[in-house]
Amino acid sequence: MSDKFHEESIIIKQEQIANGIYSMWLKTEQIASDVRPGQFISIYCNEGSRMLPRPISICETDKENNALRVVYRVAGKGTEEFSKYKSGNTLRIMGPLGNGFPISKKKALLIGGGIGIPPMLELAKELDCEKQIVAGYKDEIFLQEELKLNGKFYVATEDGSVGTRGNVMDAIKANGIKAEVIYACGPTPMLRAVKAFAIENEIEAWVSLEEKMACGIGACLACVCKSKDKDEHTNVKNKRICKDGPVFLAGEVEF
Amino acid sequence: MNMKVCLAGIELNNPVMTASGTFGSGEEYSEFVDLSKLGAVVTKGVANIPWSGNETPRIAETCGGMINAIGLQNPGIDVFIKRDLPFLKKYDTKIIVNVCGKTTQDYCEVVERLANEPVDMLEINISCPNVKEGGIAFGQNPCSVEAITKEVKKYAKQPIIMKLSPNVTDITETAKAAEAGGADVLSLINTLTGMKIDIHRRSFALANKTGGLSGPAVKPVAVRMVYQVAQAVKLPIIGMGGIVSAEDAIEFILAGASAVSVGTANFTNPTATLDVIEGIKAYMNRYQVANIQELIGAVK
Repeated sequence: MSDKFHEESIIIKQEQIANGIYSMWLKTEQIASDVRPGQFISIYCNEGSRMLPRPISICETDKENNALRVVYRVAGKGTEEFSKYKSGNTLRIMGPLGNGFPISKKKALLIGGGIGIPPMLELAKELDCEKQIVAGYKDEIFLQEELKLNGKFYVATEDGSVGTRGNVMDAIKANGIKAEVIYACGPTPMLRAVKAFAIENEIEAWVSLEEKMACGIGACLACVCKSKDKDEHTNVKNKRICKDGPVFLAGEVEF
Repeated sequence: MNMKVCLAGIELNNPVMTASGTFGSGEEYSEFVDLSKLGAVVTKGVANIPWSGNETPRIAETCGGMINAIGLQNPGIDVFIKRDLPFLKKYDTKIIVNVCGKTTQDYCEVVERLANEPVDMLEINISCPNVKEGGIAFGQNPCSVEAITKEVKKYAKQPIIMKLSPNVTDITETAKAAEAGGADVLSLINTLTGMKIDIHRRSFALANKTGGLSGPAVKPVAVRMVYQVAQAVKLPIIGMGGIVSAEDAIEFILAGASAVSVGTANFTNPTATLDVIEGIKAYMNRYQVANIQELIGAVK
């Protein structure tokens, strides 16, 4: 397990890349140097009335320059605050947090839905194997160019404006995509469909879950999910998404 | 400069401790905080058997605070004694174990199990608003507060802290009841029962519908209650409720608290406890306070 750091980061670049979707590069002291794909950071608001950090997945790293990129959606007042900052502004962050995806050489299928797409970029960059990436969007697409460079890329849009009309599962079926391992991040209904698909086709599947978090480091027990077996740490059938996850073998957790 | 404070014969290196439930059993935060610098670590509530807690979502942010309904998930006393206590013993800090239960017997069982363990004090949680049985059910009625305090004291070898609920008409009534029952120390306040509604989903923000409000939003209520209780009983008080900075902590101390707990602020800043300690030192320097005792209850 890598070390966690709590530090002041400097915004190198921020831009809106789709409607309500922002891309932000942060210069860190140490955090970016040892990130695994699928890990996340807690970003603290500068506005003091917002007490809880926002957990945001790491989209990409530039380890040489100790920088990391987050791509996030403005979902409330905290992310709205972040979206207003410009290069040179600072944000307190903690990380890298969580376990991240396990890397293997198996033929891989990376599935991202909506704001679950960003962590797939760092994963695709780190994986050294045959990669197929399926990204599902509501309408407007983002991160397409970067993802294309790192694997065979398929798109699904709900309105059918780009790629397969429908969701990621429709794109997988339409293109007859086969794999030995699945990595997925996205809305819960999508992850449920991925889990069912993986069980049906007997494919190893890793899913990244989300839940409302407070501490981000496994102390407060806010962000638990139900697990199939009794968890060693909690001594009940609950796993801590922030610490034991966010990535779980699909069969080990209920969601 | 002397920052030492004494609670029921237990001397703390400084008056700053963690609020139960916000710091686990210290292990997760030990990556950021040298636990030996804290006056005490107050653990998350532990029961006689493992508890699974409530459904998610368990927390929601509110302006200047948060509401939570974790539901006292805990691994049970066996795992706590085997794993968490040995970890905490490695540090030069006092260990305060928060005890929860559904029945008086549950509380007594945990207290008895801890009697010969390396624990400095026990904090009895009779004020959790998020569990159906136990918790606040004991803490809102002065008669039951006195009764459970008496029962727990029969089994306790360590000083007993009774943690009081603010969800009462007059907190001095339950404070006096705990004193009459033989409590050694009082801690207050636990969270205030609250609710948040998600207007977009038109549903409750928490699966439990209600949750305990904590954070800076509750601080003025907490300071007022600490002051009232300090006037009403002779017991030492651990004050808490929205402490983020040393200034906040000093308000509680001036109102009558001998020690303070930092809770929700740990989520906003993992080193909040250390910042509070340093800030108190700076305040004492600035006003040439040689001994922190001079500040306790100084505002009458």
